Amino acid sequence: MFDLSGRKALVTGATGGLGGAIARALHGQGAHVAISGTRREALEALAGELGERVHVVEANLSDTAAVEALVPAAEAALGGLDVLVNNAGITRDNLFLRMKDEEWDSVIAVNLTAAFRLSRAAVKGMMKRRYGRIVNVGSVVGATGNAGQGNYAAAKAGLVGLTKALAAEVASRKITVNCIAPGFITSPMTDVLNEKQREGILATVPMGRLGEGSEVAAAAVYLASDEAAYVTGHTLHVNGGMAMF
Amino acid sequence: MSDIADRVKKIVVDHLGVEPEKVTPNANFIDDLGADSLDTVELVMAFEEEFNVEIPDDAAETIQTVGDAIKFLEKNSG
Repeated sequence: MFDLSGRKALVTGATGGLGGAIARALHGQGAHVAISGTRREALEALAGELGERVHVVEANLSDTAAVEALVPAAEAALGGLDVLVNNAGITRDNLFLRMKDEEWDSVIAVNLTAAFRLSRAAVKGMMKRRYGRIVNVGSVVGATGNAGQGNYAAAKAGLVGLTKALAAEVASRKITVNCIAPGFITSPMTDVLNEKQREGILATVPMGRLGEGSEVAAAAVYLASDEAAYVTGHTLHVNGGMAMF
Repeated sequence: MSDIADRVKKIVVDHLGVEPEKVTPNANFIDDLGADSLDTVELVMAFEEEFNVEIPDDAAETIQTVGDAIKFLEKNSG
């Protein structure tokens, strides 16, 4: 089950905690992976760790031209593209009343618009090949909201709508589009929390602990697999029970 | 029929799985050949590939019949 041998996958934001875990997990199931991110050294280090079947495709997703070039570059490196994981994300938290246009725009650009552009580019080849898996990495706050994250919550909720609309359009071409909504996961994004914030968060998680990147990556493996062929337009919550839908 | 017309016809038959006799110049992809809107996008992509041309979105919107496609490609390819 969940064998990805021969599948070709692009993971954005692969230098982040989640993206790295997703790239490792897809690779571990046999996929060829193209890893994308902004920090070349970190990408090279991950590529070195994975060894074979890995390609580095550097891209800064806040740069429109870089976004447009990414899928063609990954397709060229991999010889096609079966799985796109839109994982790259940034935060620019601020209270709504204080939020600058730039903070809003940059989060929407990287977390939502880049996913739109990359999916649009990837679907073209997937339609021709009559096979595709798009996995968008959302967030629990896209469903629940979160004070101080108006931009981030809007982008992540936007991904859910994008996922459903695209899923409906391309289902007849054997392409599935799904979303994973992680809760609080151990990563550089949650490492910055202080002890009090941490305790406050854990009080809301029935499982009583933060999640691990590998636990989110396992959901990505499933949604990327042949076995998930009949699952589309879905948002899979991986959050230790902190929000139940 | 010209060479271009034959190639267009073959793409339409292959893609939409329709009887070759139905693929006449006047046949409308959606109304007569059962295509949906995504099929028409795929047909345009297939024409682009076969004839090595780029069909801009505004031109693609005007290609609604087999004859429209042949006419456009006769004018713009090769």
